[in-house]
Amino acid sequence: MSSQPNCENCPVHHKGNLVRLGIDMDKVDYIVALAGNPNTGKSTVFNNLTGLRQHTGNWPGKTVGRAEGAFSYEDDNYKIVDLPGTYSLLSTSTDEEVARNFILFGRPDVTVIVADATRLERNLNLVLQILEITDRAILCLNLMDEAKRNHVEIDVRELTRELGIPVIPTSARRRDGMDELVAMIAEVASGKYICKPHRVRNHTPQLKYAIDTLSKKLRETYPGLPNAEWVALRLLEGDQSIIEALQNGILDGLVENETPMAI
Amino acid sequence: MMEQHKAKNTEEILGMANNLKWELGMGIHDKIVSSLYADAAQIARKTVSMDGDQPAFSLDRKIDRIVTSRWTGFPIMFVLLAVVFWVTISGANYPSGLLASLLVDTLHPILKSGADSFMPWWLSGILIDGAYLAMAWVISVMLPPMAIFFPLFTLLEDLGYLPRVAFNMDSLFRKTGAHGKQALTMSMGFGCNAAGVIAARVIDSPRERLIAIITNNFSLCNGRWPTQILIATIFIGGMVSPFWAGLVSTAAVVGVAVLGIAFSLIVSWGLSRSVLKGEASTFSLELPPYRPPRVLQTLYTSLIDRTLFVLWRAVVFAVPAGMVIWLVSNIHIGGLSLAEHFIDWSNPFGLVFGLNGVILLAYIIAIPANEIVIPTILMLTVLVTGMSGVGEGSGVMFELDSLASTENILRAGGWTLLTGINLMLFSLLHNPCSTTIYTIYKETKSAKWTLIATLLPIVLGFMVCFFTAQLWYLFA
Repeated sequence: MSSQPNCENCPVHHKGNLVRLGIDMDKVDYIVALAGNPNTGKSTVFNNLTGLRQHTGNWPGKTVGRAEGAFSYEDDNYKIVDLPGTYSLLSTSTDEEVARNFILFGRPDVTVIVADATRLERNLNLVLQILEITDRAILCLNLMDEAKRNHVEIDVRELTRELGIPVIPTSARRRDGMDELVAMIAEVASGKYICKPHRVRNHTPQLKYAIDTLSKKLRETYPGLPNAEWVALRLLEGDQSIIEALQNGILDGLVENETPMAI
Repeated sequence: MMEQHKAKNTEEILGMANNLKWELGMGIHDKIVSSLYADAAQIARKTVSMDGDQPAFSLDRKIDRIVTSRWTGFPIMFVLLAVVFWVTISGANYPSGLLASLLVDTLHPILKSGADSFMPWWLSGILIDGAYLAMAWVISVMLPPMAIFFPLFTLLEDLGYLPRVAFNMDSLFRKTGAHGKQALTMSMGFGCNAAGVIAARVIDSPRERLIAIITNNFSLCNGRWPTQILIATIFIGGMVSPFWAGLVSTAAVVGVAVLGIAFSLIVSWGLSRSVLKGEASTFSLELPPYRPPRVLQTLYTSLIDRTLFVLWRAVVFAVPAGMVIWLVSNIHIGGLSLAEHFIDWSNPFGLVFGLNGVILLAYIIAIPANEIVIPTILMLTVLVTGMSGVGEGSGVMFELDSLASTENILRAGGWTLLTGINLMLFSLLHNPCSTTIYTIYKETKSAKWTLIATLLPIVLGFMVCFFTAQLWYLFA
């Protein structure tokens, strides 16, 4: 028995299915956001997928604002947005707000979180924050070559289980794992792969009570709000931009718009 | 009705949030962050394992301890900078001569005689002696140093050295009241000031961002490196024996670059104590791991993205400038060309600042792009001194077989060591190029700050040149 039929059935087998479209963004079927800590190789992943040559460099904070590109895979067109690298989504610097607002209000179909495999713990802080907002995410565990060189080993299967989202190990600089990443983007975008993202549970009982009460009320007013707990948490923290979003009805649009907002 | 209901509910939600917030008391933010961190740590414990007794990145830490040390950090920075320039200076000479002999010696006469056969003299003058020669000059003077400098610079960037520079500079910038990230935008400015101005977006506070934008021009950009390198080679290197020439001229270029950093710091300090008052805000700077550079990819991207991009820009500006040069030196009023009129008139003014009329005129013609200043200066000098045997007649930019002949022309034009030094200083301290000025306007959306960013360096430049010249006249 040859293993060929199985290989041919696997989407990864068809490398030719990826067509890099550069900045040609006609007829977008899905929107993909690229988020992550600074200097984890987001722009390298972006370039690999779109065929564009966004300047990459080994220093944090190189991408300011956001870059957009497109690729096509198995007859679907994807628009991909390279967000500025941030350590968190909690404070209010411009970069963090650009990233957060896009993930929240831009409603990407998939958020690819690029993480540095050699500094996983710190990167997870951002991963968990993103998972509070969206439930369609993929962890692109980048710089695996560096991790290997530095004797860092990561149990990818366990990590997938813990986070509840697909984890794809990659070395974007050498294009390793890019085919798997594209295939997974397609699966999550089309809803074939259902994520069950990890939500932070370590809250104190009082905080837990406050979140539950507030998110219940939020759901009553905005049925179908995908991230009520997160919004509740932000309100408890007194996040001014979320309060404003609530007051002028942007949050409203979030619920009623089933299709992604046009950016 | 529906809307009102929503609005009422929104107010209810906000009120509820407020009450709960009071019940929770202070420090919710810290509680949220610590539960987040606890989760992250727990997951990491379960999934990450380190192998062996060697802690990760021990080599990186050892290197960082040296390159960011209080004692060795700065010397290493200067030495690296010097090595890059030395390789550029000593490597660019030969290919430059080769390109010049091809484009100017061989191609120019062919094109000229071809054009003369069917064009009026003035048209072939403008097109071939003006536009084409300016372009040929810019390519042969600029392409070789850029093709060496950019890959070296990109290698350093790819390796992860630039954040270490920023780390070393950070405390200095903070002491001046500017943002530590200005060290990063300053480093970007060494490549291109327009890019550095755009990079200032990483700074959140508008006050600190304006300081970074205004002072970016003090980073010697690649349009000005060739000028610095050429003048240093001729005047500073020419003062010592050939054996030392390369090293001494390298030191001069590094000196000017460091002086630029000093001005950047001083002006930042001045601004944040006067018109842009305020405290420096904090930020965290991560030192990324060193990564083995991808040599081939670096070569490719630095040649395509940087070298050819910059060269193309230079050529685009050189072509019209070449035409202007030809016109001002061929339109005569009362027996003298326009160029000669201006030079004669501005010479005394220039001498006060240790410069001369030729340099002033060259800067006016070259305002669109700093890159073409040196070709313009040489051409105008030939025109004014009327040297025979060099150049091809009035308004023709020429190729120089060796640095020695460049030196002869400049000396014949009344150039001294002072003129050389002051040209280097003036090249560091003058208005930004038109692209940068436009970028500053786009970024600040303010005519006032654009004007300040444009005029401040040139006023400083004249002041510094004036003092240098007066000191020189006093002691020399």
